[in-house]
Amino acid sequence: MIVERKPLNLAERFYLPALGNGFRVTWKHFRKTLFHGRTAADETSGGYYPEVPWKVEPGYRGAPYLVRDQSGDTKCVSCQLCEFVCPPKAIRITPPGPGGPPADRANAEKMPREFEINMLRCIFCGLCQEVCPEEAIFLQKDYSLTGLTREEMVYNKERLLALGGHHTGIQKWKQKADEARAQESFPVPG
Amino acid sequence: MDWQFLAFSLVKIIAAFAVVMTMVAYSVLVERKVSAFIQDRLGPNRTQPFFAKYIPGLGPLLTRWGVFQPIADGLKAFLKEDFTPAHVRKVYFWLAPAIAMVPSLLTVAVIPFGSMMGAQKMVIADLDVGILYTFGIVSLGVYGIVLAGYAANSKYPFLGGIRSTAQMISYEISMGLSVIPIFLLVGSLNLGDVVQHQTGGWFAWHIFRQPLGFFIFLIAAFAETNRLPFDLPEADQELVGGYHTEYSSIKFALFFMAEYAAMIAVSGMMVTLFFGGWTLPFLGLDQPAATLGMGLLHILVFLGKVCCFLLLIIWVRWMLPRFRYDQLMDLGWRRFIPLALLNIVVTAGVLALLASK
Amino acid sequence: MESILFLIFAAFALGCGLMTVANPFSRSPVASALFLVLTMVWLAGLFVLLHAYFIAAVQILVYAGAVMVLFLFVIMLLDLREEELRTWNRFGVAAGVFSVVALLGVTALTILRSVPAAGAAPQLEGSTHALGAMLFRQYLLPFEGVSIVLLVAMIGVILLSKRESK
Ligand code: SF4
Ligand code: SF4
Repeated sequence: MIVERKPLNLAERFYLPALGNGFRVTWKHFRKTLFHGRTAADETSGGYYPEVPWKVEPGYRGAPYLVRDQSGDTKCVSCQLCEFVCPPKAIRITPPGPGGPPADRANAEKMPREFEINMLRCIFCGLCQEVCPEEAIFLQKDYSLTGLTREEMVYNKERLLALGGHHTGIQKWKQKADEARAQESFPVPG
Repeated sequence: MDWQFLAFSLVKIIAAFAVVMTMVAYSVLVERKVSAFIQDRLGPNRTQPFFAKYIPGLGPLLTRWGVFQPIADGLKAFLKEDFTPAHVRKVYFWLAPAIAMVPSLLTVAVIPFGSMMGAQKMVIADLDVGILYTFGIVSLGVYGIVLAGYAANSKYPFLGGIRSTAQMISYEISMGLSVIPIFLLVGSLNLGDVVQHQTGGWFAWHIFRQPLGFFIFLIAAFAETNRLPFDLPEADQELVGGYHTEYSSIKFALFFMAEYAAMIAVSGMMVTLFFGGWTLPFLGLDQPAATLGMGLLHILVFLGKVCCFLLLIIWVRWMLPRFRYDQLMDLGWRRFIPLALLNIVVTAGVLALLASK
Repeated sequence: MESILFLIFAAFALGCGLMTVANPFSRSPVASALFLVLTMVWLAGLFVLLHAYFIAAVQILVYAGAVMVLFLFVIMLLDLREEELRTWNRFGVAAGVFSVVALLGVTALTILRSVPAAGAAPQLEGSTHALGAMLFRQYLLPFEGVSIVLLVAMIGVILLSKRESK
């Protein structure tokens, strides 16, 4: 759509109507909040953050955690793709090396000896989740991570797995296949 | 040089400094509150020292108004890590915040903030070229920003610095031209005389005699203090903060305070030049005070007027979007300078006509 | 008191002037420009000592506040390289020597012609009146001459920049 630009008249060239309207709109909101105590937060979610916790919507990208599969085994195979892709280099993986401990599950070759995410560095970009071939790492719903020291903010494998929980619904490649199928008929008919 | 003069001056300087710094801190709070209300939020309403809980009624009330917030903010600014990026030009990097802060404080020195207290005139330096002095000092304020932009040695701050030089120089001209009619009317450059000239009725205030001059001055003042709608040197969205992008902790706080101190100085100038300074045209408030109480009242009147202007400047920030750069230059050079020149010629003509009668 | 202040101001003005042209610590043009600003400020101090408050204020307002800001602006935009800094331009040297000699000559002439100890400094205390009368009555011709020179310079700049842009 092309909007016709009318030539400005003299008052508009000195920005006078803009001033008037600006004062009207801002005063309306100012009065509403100051004298009637109505805020946007009250109207949308019924209050402010610490008292009324924020409702995390699906699709939110919170802290990345490692997940276990339906039988409780570590899904990560220590391929180190996420370590490589992570833009702020928040992930550090220690691979098992030759002759290291075997993987939890039978159908995997190996699993990481140690897997650390520095939550102070992580920017919650979601690239690790995107790149992971095993669907072993997911950005979950935690958004307020706190700690008293820097060391405390480096989450190790144990902690990541405990926080990540089980993802029984997610089976290797099944979701990817579904996705691909969905994309084949992409501009949804109708 | 007698000691009494020195002692009184020192007291006045310290008092004025304390008042200005407090006003700086609390205008930041007012800014946050006003912006919050305009945007349907509440603003800072949680910071409280441990003892505030135990004061019944008052403590929670003050907390809700955010009265303790500026103290916490100041403390935070001092305690934060003062980070100096490796690529900056160190000397300028350290110099710039101080240079930004000083001019606004120096401007306050010539503004008469009251009439008399006892035998003392309530102005730190009763200069005969008061207004020229202010303009001179204000024009030095740009160095802080330019140096900050240059010191940072990276592109956005640099662009901010460049923008600010062009903007400041352009608007200084219309600002200077807009007050010349006032001095044609008053016949003196002394700010005390300007205030005296505005006594006797509402219509003695220069706003009613020089409305055009006032509007030009007001808008130039917005540009000189880098406030929205003219905050192109900072322009958070385009220049990620402009000249103070690379600064942190107390150095950043100095730039921040400098902005508000400049706002206070400019409001003081507007009150003095156009709104009768410390006078009010009733209850005999427009004569120099004979008693201490009256003197205090005059100071309060002055501060009240300054606060009104501060509120206006703050309010406008949350009302108007930023100008584009060519619009800014267009407004300054092609609209305000001709208008201000016209204003001078007309005023001079009218005065000459009146004098010849 | 005043002579002490005079010594201080003069010494700093000279020192900053020296740093403008021969700064041992840095050859950056920005540093030179900043020292020139400082020189202006100290000069304004000297004017204050002469009770010429008006001129002091204008000195800061015009030179330190406007002209030097433009200088800085241009220096920053041009971003001079080290090599360009070191070249000696014959024309530049000649012009520099000429202007220094001319200035010295004028100053020497004025000093020689003035009667020693001819009373106190003229009382110009902020009186824009007296200054205006002087400029527009006594020295009207030089004043207008100077403004024409400035006008010519301005037109020249516009002409040059226009031609380049084609
Ligand atoms: S979310 Fe982004 S930043 Fe965080 S660990 Fe994953 S890849 Fe790294
Ligand atoms: S989490 Fe995924 S991408 Fe990262 S090492 Fe494990 S399997 Fe590879």
